[in-house]
Amino acid sequence: MSTVERVNGSLKAEIIVYVCILALSGLQIVLAYQHAQGAQLLIRMLAVALIQAGLAVMYFMHLLEERKNLRLALIPATIFVLLMMNMIWSDSFRLLHMRPFVK
Amino acid sequence: MSQAGLAMEGHTSGTMEASPFAIPSKKLVMWLFIISDAVTFGAMLFAYGYVKNASPDWPEPFKFSPSILNVMLMTFILVSSSLTMLMATRAARSSDKAGAVRWTFVTVAGGILFALLHLNEWRGLIAEGVRLFQNPWGSPMFGATFFAITGLHLTHVVGGVIALTVVALGYKRGRYNSDDIEIWSLYWHFVDLVWMFVVPMVYLLNVAR
Repeated sequence: MSTVERVNGSLKAEIIVYVCILALSGLQIVLAYQHAQGAQLLIRMLAVALIQAGLAVMYFMHLLEERKNLRLALIPATIFVLLMMNMIWSDSFRLLHMRPFVK
Repeated sequence: MSQAGLAMEGHTSGTMEASPFAIPSKKLVMWLFIISDAVTFGAMLFAYGYVKNASPDWPEPFKFSPSILNVMLMTFILVSSSLTMLMATRAARSSDKAGAVRWTFVTVAGGILFALLHLNEWRGLIAEGVRLFQNPWGSPMFGATFFAITGLHLTHVVGGVIALTVVALGYKRGRYNSDDIEIWSLYWHFVDLVWMFVVPMVYLLNVAR
């Protein structure tokens, strides 16, 4: 396979990913104007954003082509830290329901 | 041999341990920066969610026109600039120096356009009375969180525009190589990735109905 063919061939995959990411952005806008609200809408939006981010990391940033141990070193640690941040929600709901600052 | 001499001998290329990830150290540094920055943005978005959740009068000011249309255009420009950055990386890998520089500057142009649209969005909101700690619609924290998150992202875009310009000019002059183009493309894709979370969390969850 010539260099030109190889370059065009791999670019095709990236253009497909580019179109998918744009389509998912459009889907988010459709979701925003549907009836779902609150936690349900948040979960749908986050699910779409995570798919977009996964595509960008694997195909635009080429993490898929790197060694497995690099993926293992980066991804679980990041997810762990982001999951640990979820402990703030109980306090946030406390503020909402007990409303300690209401005058 | 002195301690310094022994230390230097231990760091000669022949005795260096191979990279465990089979990537250049500067690429590893960029990956480590990216995950730390991802956590920073994560913390900002969690803080935003905390304040929004705890505020019963959180405003929903973003109308379809002009705000959401503007966001759609900004998203299109930023995602397209990621594609042009991929083309720059590909050209750099194929030793097509002119192509790599050209595509990098197309990316830079996309970044500048994105930043101008963003500043225009800010100008519109400020004209409507949104300030850091007050706005006409509800919770006064709306402005602080909105400007902090979008401002941090905008800072990254402006930083990326400057870095890509410096790297492209350096690559053209032979100071930097194709690895540097590829490494800074990682940063640019990350800026794009962060925007994919900022749009739904900050704009689309607050659309005016």
